[in-house]
Amino acid sequence: MVVDELREAELDRVFQAFADSTRRDIVRRVTGDGLNVSALARHYAMSFAAVQKHVAVLERASLVTKERRGREQLVRANRDGLERARQLLDEYEAIWRQRAGRIADILAEGTAQGRETP
Amino acid sequence: MTVISSTKSPEALSLTIVAEFDAGVERVWQIWEDPRQLERWWGPPTWPATFEEFDFQPGGRASYYMTGPDGTTARGWWRFTAIAAPERLELDDGFADDNGAPVEDMGTARMAATLEDIGGRTRMTIASTFESPEQMEKMIQMGMEEGMGLAMGQIDAILAGQPAT
Repeated sequence: MVVDELREAELDRVFQAFADSTRRDIVRRVTGDGLNVSALARHYAMSFAAVQKHVAVLERASLVTKERRGREQLVRANRDGLERARQLLDEYEAIWRQRAGRIADILAEGTAQGRETP
Repeated sequence: MTVISSTKSPEALSLTIVAEFDAGVERVWQIWEDPRQLERWWGPPTWPATFEEFDFQPGGRASYYMTGPDGTTARGWWRFTAIAAPERLELDDGFADDNGAPVEDMGTARMAATLEDIGGRTRMTIASTFESPEQMEKMIQMGMEEGMGLAMGQIDAILAGQPAT
């Protein structure tokens, strides 16, 4: 339940990569079949080189993979990387599950409101 | 069963969790609007929350601290962005320094709680969105570290429920 190993350098890269909305958008677009960098670049008001840099950050964070296809490079979402982000959300979910349990306990007190259950 | 579903979007840094309670909507609303009840569930038993300020109105601020087993405190703030009793509450949630001032570079998380009547019971939906992965991690770390040593008996009932989808 503790974040421990996940917290280290590898995870830092994931967070840095995801800290940018363009990069999050890239990941969404390349989930599934993937896209080559030039097709990707057409979606953004920035240079091809700038898009390539974003892709490189995502690749270092293991959130996407690049695969050479002739003269093009196919960018695809990396399921394992996304899985790490999901693990964090799982932990956040656990916090809310605990809170929901405590809320249920308070509500169960009913008329004995404010009295601690032994 | 308390928690009935959760939906996570790692790409959008968001989590939606749905829980149902054996109480009416008005009663469940009280656990949000009454800071004395709120502090009984917001922090885990090992890190109880104390709300020092609780201005429950749109634009109003709340500030709280949680006290750990060794006496250290972790501070946070809320800003209520929308309140429509007893159905909907929206707030921004962030970290605060020792003086209660928001730590700007830690960012904020947005949270919306919706309460619905389901035949006398209440369905509560919590939608949380994080500003950045760093901020998400910090918020989760804070919550999880506090959760260590949690009285397991308290969550047994929840863990025995159906697994997350």
